[in-house]
Amino acid sequence: MTIALDRPLSLRLRRPSGGGVAAAAGFLVLALVAAATPSLFAGDPLAADPLHVLEAPSAAHWFGTDQLGRDVFDRVVHGARHSLLIGVVATGIAVSIGLLLGLLAGLSHKYADEALSRSFDALSAFPLLLLALLFVAVAGPGTVGLVIAIGIATMPNYARVVRTQTLVVRQAGYVTQAVAFGDSRPRLVFRHVLPNVLGPVPVLAVIGLGEAILAAAGLSFLGMGPQPPSPEWGAMLSEGRGYLSVAWWTTVLPGVVVTLTVISLTVVGRRLQRRFEGRLG
Amino acid sequence: MLRRLATGLVVLWAAATAAYLALLAAPGDTVDSIIGEGADTPLIRSQIIREWNLDRPALVQYLDYLWRAAQGDLGRSYLLQRPVRDVIADQIGPTLTLAVTAAGLGIVLALVLAVTTRRPWARRVSSTTELVLVSTPSFLIGIVLLSVFSFSLGWFPVSGDQGVAALVLPAVTLALPVAGVLTQVLRDGLDRALDEPFVVTARARGLGERAVLVRHALRHALLPVITLIGWLFGVLLGGAVIIETVFGRPGLGQVTLQAVTSEDLPVVLAVVVFSAFVYVVINTLADLAYLVIDPRLRRS
Repeated sequence: MTIALDRPLSLRLRRPSGGGVAAAAGFLVLALVAAATPSLFAGDPLAADPLHVLEAPSAAHWFGTDQLGRDVFDRVVHGARHSLLIGVVATGIAVSIGLLLGLLAGLSHKYADEALSRSFDALSAFPLLLLALLFVAVAGPGTVGLVIAIGIATMPNYARVVRTQTLVVRQAGYVTQAVAFGDSRPRLVFRHVLPNVLGPVPVLAVIGLGEAILAAAGLSFLGMGPQPPSPEWGAMLSEGRGYLSVAWWTTVLPGVVVTLTVISLTVVGRRLQRRFEGRLG
Repeated sequence: MLRRLATGLVVLWAAATAAYLALLAAPGDTVDSIIGEGADTPLIRSQIIREWNLDRPALVQYLDYLWRAAQGDLGRSYLLQRPVRDVIADQIGPTLTLAVTAAGLGIVLALVLAVTTRRPWARRVSSTTELVLVSTPSFLIGIVLLSVFSFSLGWFPVSGDQGVAALVLPAVTLALPVAGVLTQVLRDGLDRALDEPFVVTARARGLGERAVLVRHALRHALLPVITLIGWLFGVLLGGAVIIETVFGRPGLGQVTLQAVTSEDLPVVLAVVVFSAFVYVVINTLADLAYLVIDPRLRRS
């Protein structure tokens, strides 16, 4: 395929208001802190209370209780650790493999570059969710398979960008000069090329993190991720679905938290992206 | 064009090979998977090995797999004991209906939104809505629609695929995130097109703002949308798996999920290879559509 396989990742969008960015950043910080130290904010996510089953949100239980009488708010806060960690590790895998392969493709000769680029295309030919399901089918359901699957499925996004950057950077004057100075190949790559291709990667990773969290929530909703009673966001939605007609809060409130997390990542990421593009002029 | 076809074939070959490697990498014994809950005797084992060619070298099995895949034979389901092709053919109907309806709905919604929300305030409201739609897990949209329109209001059936009424909520659920992304792309494209000199010409000829927008700018804004068709296909197919689960609809997604939980690998692989095939076909068609829509490309 010669056409650009744009994913919504790279969309350039309207400028959100300053207030919006502040709100997004604030929520993001909150989510990250909750993920790091959930016990400071919430009680035991597994403590069942048979006397208070499926209670509506109240002062005692902000998000209500679920079918076992567990506090939904406590579970959401503890779930932040699971969901964000899955997203972060998956994105980490995607970025590191993408960086490595993209750099390799950009620096290789014509044929190796072509082979690598086509393999990125081949990987993009699989819808993310189906590719992840394939991994789960091979490796069995669980957090590890989920993380690796999302990591590999989103890798081509980063590899393509890094490859393009590398092609630009290797033409740059300072690289030619370093070659003329007789720098060794590793020194050339790590000292001159790598730092200059890194530029757009962190911003892409912030937006990609949102995408990874969404994908992870979707897969664990299907029962392919962390298994109950683990308080993962997607798994909570899946569990609560059976009680939807009597207790909407067990599904809708965790879902809103997932959405807010992804929105804040996207808003912050897009703002950074605009800054970065502005700097490039 | 030949080059594009060639790359398409390479992508397909890579996809089939990756699928085959996944089959090899799967833990557990293939014979065990085929036997499943059935009787397990040495005689049955040896019959299975002969029937599935498991006694031949891996390379022969691989070439055999490729050859059969090229002819459209994607193997047999361990669980259902039927050719996977038939399983897919049986189940593709409901999924196709859902995906096509959702795609149509999403595209129409995006076109209407992008063209009608040109005023600054309308645009701010619309882009905030888009951001929310794009960031919301599709199962949450489905669950909210289900609890409001099926459980509370009772307008639509809760599950199944009986008739048009049962199609409305799933299609809307699948269409909303698609519309969110497409509106953003279209609006960006319109903004860029409106800066072009031909817009000044059109306005100078006395065309109204709406005519400039719809007849001239929109055509340019559609180009980047065509690039997204491959992505759109992935979203629809992946989304269908989730939405069929939420709404209890039969279809390809349900078959895939069931195959994943029961470790029926040939079915999972076939669905994956099949989706890669459709993706390649769609992208090749999109390349052709480019030539039709954009005369500038035909000249070069």
